[in-house]
This record gives sequence, C-alpha cells and structure tokens, in this order.
Amino acid sequence: MNAVRFEHVSKTFGTRKVLDDISLEIPTGQAFCLLGRSGTGKSVTLRHIIGLVRPDSGKVFVEERDITALAGRELADVRKHMGFLFQNAALFDSMSVGDNVAFPMRRHTTWPAAEVRERAMAKLADVGLEKDFETMPGDLSGGMRKRAGLARAMALDPAILLVDEPSAGLDPITAHEIDELLVKTKQGGTTLVMVTHNIPSARVIGDGFGVLQDGRMLINGTLETLDASDEPLVQAFMCSQGGG
Amino acid sequence: MPPIQLPRVRLVDRVGTDVLRFLELLGAIATFGGRAMVEAVWPPYEPREILRHIYQFGYRSAPLILTAGFAIGVVLSMHTRASLERFGAEALIPAGLAIALIRETGPLTAGLLVSGRVGAGIGAEIGAMKVTEQIDALEATAVDAFKYLAVTRIIALMIVMPLLTIMIDFAGIVGGYVAEAAVSGMSWQLYFERAFSLITYSDILTATLKTVVFGFLIAVVSGHLGFTTSRGTEGVGESSTRSVVMASMLVILSDVVLVKMILFLYPQVSG
Repeated sequence: MNAVRFEHVSKTFGTRKVLDDISLEIPTGQAFCLLGRSGTGKSVTLRHIIGLVRPDSGKVFVEERDITALAGRELADVRKHMGFLFQNAALFDSMSVGDNVAFPMRRHTTWPAAEVRERAMAKLADVGLEKDFETMPGDLSGGMRKRAGLARAMALDPAILLVDEPSAGLDPITAHEIDELLVKTKQGGTTLVMVTHNIPSARVIGDGFGVLQDGRMLINGTLETLDASDEPLVQAFMCSQGGG
Repeated sequence: MPPIQLPRVRLVDRVGTDVLRFLELLGAIATFGGRAMVEAVWPPYEPREILRHIYQFGYRSAPLILTAGFAIGVVLSMHTRASLERFGAEALIPAGLAIALIRETGPLTAGLLVSGRVGAGIGAEIGAMKVTEQIDALEATAVDAFKYLAVTRIIALMIVMPLLTIMIDFAGIVGGYVAEAAVSGMSWQLYFERAFSLITYSDILTATLKTVVFGFLIAVVSGHLGFTTSRGTEGVGESSTRSVVMASMLVILSDVVLVKMILFLYPQVSG
C-alpha cells in the first residue's frame, strides 16, 4: 500500500508554475527524500500532502484517500495521522516549547495532564531539548527551534512524518543525532517524506529519492538510480557532501 | 496609437478602483463574519480559549476603560454645570450626565477604546501568526485555525463589550459625582438618586446590549485583516493599523444604525 500518491499534480501561484504534472508513489514505511535546488517546489509538494495547498489539477492520495476532495473534519482526521516539521519550525510563540509539543496531545488525546507532560518531555529528550520545556520559542536558537518543531511533529507518533530540511542550521553532531532519530522513526513503521539539501543525510535515511527541477520530477528512484544518472543536476547533488 | 488618458479620467479611474476595492473588502469581511456565526454554533466550542480571551480583552482593558470613564464623567459634569447653572438648573446635572453617559457616550467610547486596544492586538497577533506559518502549523496539527483563532476571539469580545460598557458608565458616574461634590458638596446618595431619576431599564439595556454588535464588528474586522496579512512584518503593522481604523469606522457607523433601530423599537428611550 502507498502512504502517499500523487497523480499528475500541477500547481500555479500567480503566473509561476510551481509543480508541473507530478506523479509519485511513496510506499508505507519507507523514507522518501525530495531533492532539488531552492524554489523548485519541494516544500509545496509537502504542503500538498498535508492538504495545506490544493492542486490546480491532479489528485493527492494519503493512505489511498483522495485528500483533494476533503475539507473540514474529514481533512482534520487525515491530518491527525501526520506530523509536519516546517522549514522555519513555525512554533507557536505564545506557548513554551513544552506546551508546543504537548499541544497536539492535549487536542487529540484524552491522556491525563501528567501523562501529556511526561510524553512531551520524552519527545523533547529525543531531540536533546529536555531542559527547555519551559523555555519560550523566542529564546531558542534557530537549530533548537528546528529540533523543537521536530518534537512537536512527532508528538503523536504519526503514521506519516513530513520534514522540511530537518538538519538545516544544525551543527554536524546534532544533525547526525537527528538523522539517527529519523532512521529510528522509520524503523518504527513511520513513512517519512523529507525535503533536504543534505545528501549525506539523505543517503543515510532515504529509501526512495526524487529530484525536482522547475516544478517537474527530473528523476525518481532508488539511491542506485540517482548515483547512476548522467543528469548534470543529479550528479551535482549526489556528489555534494553537505548542505542544510 | 494608445488612447490618450486625460488627468480627470485617470482620477475617476483611480477613485473607482479604490471604491471597488473597499466594497470587495467589505464583502470579504461580511463573509468572514457570516462564517464565524455559522461555525460558532458547531462543536468544538473551545471554552478555554474563549475564557483566556475574555481575561485578555476584559481584565486587561479595565484600567484604560475605568480611567477614560472617570475622566469623561468629570469633564461632562464640568461642561453640564457650565451650561445648566445659567438657567439655575444645577439639580439636573446628575440626570443629564447619566443620560448622556449611559445612552451614548459610554457605549461609543468603550467601542472606540476597544477598537484601539483589542482590535489592533487581534490584527497584529493573527497577522504575525499568518506570516510566520503558525496558522498553517495549527491546520497541520488538525486544528481548525479559523475557529481556534477567530471564532473564539469574536465570542469573547461579544461577551466582554457589555461588561466594559457597564464599567465605563459606572466610572463616568463616579467621575461626575467627584466633580459635582467638589463644587457643590452634594452627597453620593442624592447624586445617585438624581442621576437615575430619568433613566429607565430600557435605556441601560438597549445601550449596553448594542455593544455586543460593536464587539462582533471589532473582532470580525481585525480577525479578517489578520488572516489576510501578507508581506512580513510590514504587513503585520499594516493589519494592526487598518484594524483600528476600520473597526472604529464600523463602530461609529453601526452606532448610527443601532440608535435608529433602538428609537424605533423602544420609543420610550427617546423620552
């Protein structure tokens, strides 16, 4: 079964075509890495999966449900199975870091307050922020905000985790720890869709890969497919050693 | 050859475009308000958020409202005395002040003060959440952002406005008494009796309850402008300023309509 499926999805903002006839399949339990230069539609692809953006044409299926036809409560029910790490973390700045992580638990579970706090603390510990439960997001560095955002995205142990540049702004050691956490999450059965420029991370985490160029899927396949590709952009990406 | 545009034609064109844009904005605000009314009926009701906003809008506005009310009471009393003592009608000062304050000055001033303090806050807060993707983050967490952010604020402000109006009326009457007592040494009991000698329940009820509409309008306008914020921090500032301007304008205009309706439905109020 596919966790996510795109059928000929196109999206235009104003006069700019951001996605052009994208089709892809992400099997359940796999990690799919979306690569490409800045502004090629990677984040917009993630936003389509969680229904924050609707395609102009084509269909998006999540766990074989066509979410382009859903709205309101039905869409919310689908979203409850997903976690989303935004590119800039998008933490709720009126809440402490701990409350940010506890927020989805308070909204969608009946766990008692003590259990919510305990679980939120455990999620923060996973990303190395257990000492920052009471800290306000404004007092965190960019990298710490990113980790807090990841903890919130994983708060309800989602079936599908969407992460937008998880290691951007992190030091190499923390980035490696986040990679390990994502691999562990994948091994627990979570489907991972990751936008990244960090090829070493992608090599560690990814099962499937897609490279976007000017809104079109340039190549879609396994690590071997990409390594063997003679497309200059793909070669440039696969030979790079770092990035955010 | 392109048609020559005369300056007058360009001016008409520009004014027409601005008028159409304004009408479009009013339509969007009306749709926003209509959607809020429909969604307020359906669960979840978010009582914790509503209570939090009641505290923020009500309790935190109280010092401003009480100070303004007291000052208005003092000033109105001084002006009323200056006019009435020429006719030897000083005894009517408390009643005149109470009528002016309860029927119109209190509710309208409360509406304008709340437009400034709360309207600006709603526009800026929701606007900042929009440009920093926090609204998207709410949606991604399977929370209805419109209901969570807008409907809760609208309900809270509709509850808070009449309470703040009662506060401003009370502070105004106290202010009027202080000013009157300082000049004539009138007792509180006598002042109070005279103040309410010409006031009926209809006066208090209709004038206070019309501020529920003010609360609705302020929250809807600023909520809509917050949700449609773009262009980063500059856009947040603009949403905040426009919220105050539009909310104040709508409070004043709706007051005219509401007073006309009140006088039509409750003719005794004009007595």
